Amino acid sequence: MHTDDTGQQGGDSAGNGLLSRRQWMQIGAGTAAAAVVAPVVAKESFGQEPWRSGSGAPPSDYGDRPSMLSLRREQISVHPFGPQAGASSTPLQLLNGTITPNALHFERHHSGIPEIDPASHKLTVHGLVARPLTFDYDALQRYPMQSRVLFLECSGNSYRNTLAGAIDETAGGLHGLISSAEWTGVPLHYLLDEAGVDASARWVIAEGADAAGMNRSVPLSFALDDAMIALYQNGEPLRRSQGFPMRLLVPGCEGNLSVKWLRSLKLLSLPAQTREETSKYTDLKLDGKATQFSLRMQAKSVITSPSGKMVLQQPGVYEVSGLAWSGNGSIRRVEVSADGGGSWADAMLQSEPGPMRAVRFRIPWRWQGQPAVLQSRAIDSAGNVQPTRAQALTNVAPGFSYHFNGIQSWRVNADGSVRNVYA
Amino acid sequence: MRSVLGMLLVFATVAEAQMGHDLRPALGIDAPEGYESVAASDGSGLPPGRGTVQAGREIYLTQCAACHGVDGQLRGNALVGGAGTLATASALKTVGSYWPYATTLFDYVKRAMPYGNEKTLSDSQVYAVTAYVLHLNGLLAMDAQLSAQTLVNVKMPNRDGFVRAQQP
Repeated sequence: MHTDDTGQQGGDSAGNGLLSRRQWMQIGAGTAAAAVVAPVVAKESFGQEPWRSGSGAPPSDYGDRPSMLSLRREQISVHPFGPQAGASSTPLQLLNGTITPNALHFERHHSGIPEIDPASHKLTVHGLVARPLTFDYDALQRYPMQSRVLFLECSGNSYRNTLAGAIDETAGGLHGLISSAEWTGVPLHYLLDEAGVDASARWVIAEGADAAGMNRSVPLSFALDDAMIALYQNGEPLRRSQGFPMRLLVPGCEGNLSVKWLRSLKLLSLPAQTREETSKYTDLKLDGKATQFSLRMQAKSVITSPSGKMVLQQPGVYEVSGLAWSGNGSIRRVEVSADGGGSWADAMLQSEPGPMRAVRFRIPWRWQGQPAVLQSRAIDSAGNVQPTRAQALTNVAPGFSYHFNGIQSWRVNADGSVRNVYA
Repeated sequence: MRSVLGMLLVFATVAEAQMGHDLRPALGIDAPEGYESVAASDGSGLPPGRGTVQAGREIYLTQCAACHGVDGQLRGNALVGGAGTLATASALKTVGSYWPYATTLFDYVKRAMPYGNEKTLSDSQVYAVTAYVLHLNGLLAMDAQLSAQTLVNVKMPNRDGFVRAQQP
């Protein structure tokens, strides 16, 4: 199981307490015996809970959340001149599994969330096509649809970890501009085929109907391959904040490409060079040159538990768990280290890996009350290995990093507190 | 024989379920004549109209200066300055120092500015504001006028500053 046996002891899977699956099951079997000597809860404290008598709330028309939990997105950037041009992140540390609830999917808007009447909204395909066409919402509902579970990541995700000092933040606060959903919609090539793509077309310029009119150039090959016009997210019509009534979805690519509130697609022989693909979302390097159209998000993972600002209450066995994804295909393997990268063990991939799909990884860990540094490292089906923070920041102009995928380090202190560190 | 047929039938059903169907209804209707959505770097999509640097100055001072500064150099929202800084530890990305195409400025102002009051400027006003921001960056003379033909010919200082990532 292990790839490096530095610091291992007692048959552990890797150094500083990472365990194999077999050991995990043995620990589970031993729990009953341990319970005999554990403190006993007073019998009187059972059965008096107030919710066990008297009717609860009536059915709700649109869901709710436990009032005792702080399940909410965190506002992570607010433009000084326009609070509507901001972002809010998924609280990764509070979630499990792989699907992000719609109410907690990350948001990034460039001029607020429009309230669009679907009866007045139109999508127009034009430019280098035989016949420019307009589609309305009802028409798109009649096309054959497909459903795909996909991750969506903002290219500015994890930006805070590119800054000079490590910020004491949660997993969601640092990396929460990644979410996953089952998206359902119309394959984009159906509409392009219907309009008749000219042989000279190479790019599709997508435009949103929001006040920012956000627009991006998408390579035609991506558009024809697996892009879709998404109408549903996790089974329900898109939320306003996710592009209702329709959005573009380009699997595996930076989120900015999946233009929300989609209103037009213009086919051109070259990219439009919009503001978002020149001034923003380009990677400035140390020599002053910038890389443009870094569209596919690279292999990445983050441990969501234990993670920043959590506190381990006592030494013992914990499950280390997190998410891994890659825009280059599927996740093949995730390795976890408890000694800051000195030794690594393979984590279990619990969910089914698939193209452009995030997986949940898990591995048991025995924390013995000593300082530890937890890390995870994703390896994708194209053979890409997630780089260290230092490797990922090689040749990046300070303060201008998009597409950052460096390994996250969580330091577990002797008192059980967990903190973001650069290791 | 019957069981073989049965298996084939099951196989066909599974294959159909996995592949879905491909019966497209073709519900697109003809788009309006002359529909346009973007001003691209080759000048395609640029509308008629023209605007002078002088006219752009008036619009800029009333509609843009509050967020970008009278001189276009308000920290955090600068449109002007930063020449020669891209390869230094304190790079400043502005229209003048970083943007590779002048058409981008027109396209962005037309769709997204003024912030909170978007799409209220006429095309000629957008040409004028574009001209003034280019003037502030030393790329147009004070007496210059901008239209589709002249805008596409403005060579931005950082035109060759970008390298495309390899696309799979």
